[in-house]
Amino acid sequence: MLSGLGNRWVLFAGAVLAVAAVLSNEYYFTLLNFIGIHTLLVVGLNLLLGYAGQISLGHAAFFGLGAYTSGILTATCGVNPWLALLAGLVISGLAALLIGIPALKLRGYYLAMATLGFGIIVYIVLNEAQPLTGGPSGLSGIPSLSLAGFPLNTARRLYLLVWPVVGGILALSANLVDSRSGRALRALHDSEAAAESLGVDTSRMKLKIFIWSALYASLAGSLYAHSLNFIAPASFGFMFSIKLVTMVVLGGMASIWGSLLGAGVLTVLPEVLTVFHDFEVIIFGAILMVVMIFLPRGLVRGLMDLWEFRRYKRQGGQIV
Amino acid sequence: MPTLSSLLQYFLSGLTNGAIYALIALGFGIIFNATAIINFAQGEMVMLGALCAISLYHLIPSLPLAFLGGVFLVSLVGLVFERLALRPVRDPAPITLIIITVGAAVFLKGLAMLLWGKEAYSLPSFSGNAPLYLGAATIMPQNLWVLGLTAFLVLVLEAFFRLTLVGKAMRATAYNLRAARLVGIAVGRMVQLSFGLAAALGAGAGILIAPLTLGVYDMGTMLGLKGFSAAIIGGLGSLSGGVLGGLLLGLAESFTSGLISSSYRDAVAFLLLLLVLFLRPQGLMGGRR
Repeated sequence: MLSGLGNRWVLFAGAVLAVAAVLSNEYYFTLLNFIGIHTLLVVGLNLLLGYAGQISLGHAAFFGLGAYTSGILTATCGVNPWLALLAGLVISGLAALLIGIPALKLRGYYLAMATLGFGIIVYIVLNEAQPLTGGPSGLSGIPSLSLAGFPLNTARRLYLLVWPVVGGILALSANLVDSRSGRALRALHDSEAAAESLGVDTSRMKLKIFIWSALYASLAGSLYAHSLNFIAPASFGFMFSIKLVTMVVLGGMASIWGSLLGAGVLTVLPEVLTVFHDFEVIIFGAILMVVMIFLPRGLVRGLMDLWEFRRYKRQGGQIV
Repeated sequence: MPTLSSLLQYFLSGLTNGAIYALIALGFGIIFNATAIINFAQGEMVMLGALCAISLYHLIPSLPLAFLGGVFLVSLVGLVFERLALRPVRDPAPITLIIITVGAAVFLKGLAMLLWGKEAYSLPSFSGNAPLYLGAATIMPQNLWVLGLTAFLVLVLEAFFRLTLVGKAMRATAYNLRAARLVGIAVGRMVQLSFGLAAALGAGAGILIAPLTLGVYDMGTMLGLKGFSAAIIGGLGSLSGGVLGGLLLGLAESFTSGLISSSYRDAVAFLLLLLVLFLRPQGLMGGRR
C-alpha cells in the first residue's frame, strides 16, 4: 500500500502526464511553464520564510542572476546552456553565501535588510551595465534548451522538462523538511534560543536554507531565460520580490504544496482577469495584509482550520 | 578636476536630500523603538504627504494650509493603519508584522495610483524660485526651507521626547514595554501614537521635497528605502543616528553622482546599507541592543 505521501507523488506525476496528453493549446503550456518556474521560486522562499523564519525581500535578484548568467553566457558567449545553468547556480550560491554569512550571524531581521539592499543593487546593475546586460531594453537571442539533441523549443516540449524538475524540487524540499535538518529548522522558527540550547547550530542552518533558496531561484531564472528567449531587468525588480512573498503568504507559510497553489493562483489570475492588471498592486497588498492579519498560516491552511473549527463546534466540542 | 564651486554645489544638494532622508529615517526609528518592527509603509507616507498637500493646494491655494493639512491627513492614515492592520493581528511575531507593513506599502501605492493616476504633479516652491548666491555656488530658496524646517522638526521632536509627559511615556514604552505598562502607561496608545508621529514626519518630508522633485504615486518606494538605509546606517532607533545617517547618505549620493557617475547614484544607499550591516550592524550611533 502506498503511504499518504507516496499517493501524492503518484497523483502529481499522473496529473503532469495527463495534462501533457490532454492539452493542445500552446498558450496553456506557456502558462503552465510560468507556474512551474514560479513554483520553484516560491518553494525556495517558503523554506526560508515558513521554515527558517527569515524573510528575503530581494529574491528576484537571485532569479535575475540565474537568468542573466544563462542569458549572457549562451547568447553572447555561445556557452552550452547546461553549463551556463551550472554557472548561474555557482554565482547565485556564492552571492547568497556572501550576503548570508554576515546577515545571518545576527539575530533579528538583518537578512530582510541585506537582501533588500542586494536586490536593488542587482536591479540597478542589470539596468546600467549596458554592454553586458543590454540595459533596460533587455537581452535577446537566448537559445532554447535541448536535451540529448532534442530541442525544447516549444512550450509543450519545455513543459516536459519544467514540470519533472518542479516535481523533483518539491520532493527534495518535502524530504528536507521532514529530515533532521527540517526538524531543526522548525525548532529554529519557534524559538532560536531553545533550538540553540538543544544543540542546533542556528546560524549555519539559516545560512544553508538561504543558499538553498537562492539556488532554487537561480535554477528558475535559467529556465525562465531559455523559455522566453528574451529577458529584461523589469522582470527582476523589487515588485517581483514582493509578488513572490505574496505567493508564499497566499499558499501558506511552511507548506510545500501550498507553494504550488500560491504560485498557480497568482500566475493565472492576472492572465484570466484583465481587470487584475490595473489593480494588481492593490490586490497584492490586500492579500498580504488580510491573510497575515486573519489567517497567518496562509489562506488554504487558514480556511481549513476555520472549517475544522466549525465542524468541531457543531459536534458540540468545547474549545479550550 | 572639479572646481571648488561645484564641490560646494554637491555639498548643498547632498545636504538637502540628506535632510529629507533624515526625516524619513526618524519615522523608521520611532516605530522601531515602539514596536521592534520595520514599517516598510513609511515611504508611502512620504508620497501621500506630497500628493495630499498638492491636492489641498489646488482646493485652497495657501501653502501653510496645504502643509499642515497634508501632515494632518497623513497622520490620520498612520493612526488608522496601526488600528486596522496591526492591532488586530493574532500572531504578532515581528515577521508577520513586517509582511503586513510591506503589504500596506504596496496597497497604499496602488490606491494612490487609482486616486491620482500616473502623472506627476507640481507644488510651488515655498518662497519663489530666485536662486541665492552663496559664494561661488547657488542655492534655491526651497533647499533652505528643507534644511531649516528639518532642523526645526528635529528640535521639536527632541523637545517632545525630553520635555512632555507623552513623549516621556513613549520613551518609556520604547525602553521597556512591560515596565511601562506596569507604571500605568497606556502602551497600546503610545504604539499607535508612534505610527501617527512617524507618518507626520514622512508627510512633512514629502511636502518639503515636492517642489523640488514633483509628486508622483510611485515616489515613495525609493525614498522610503533610502530613508530606511539612512536609519540603519545611523543606528535604528537612535534620533541623532537617523539625522546623521540621512545627511551622510545624501552627501555620499551627491558626491558619487557628481564625481564618479550618476547612473549608479541610487546604488550608493544600498551599498552603504550592506557595508554598515556587515561591519557595524548596530549602525554608527547605535549602542548594542
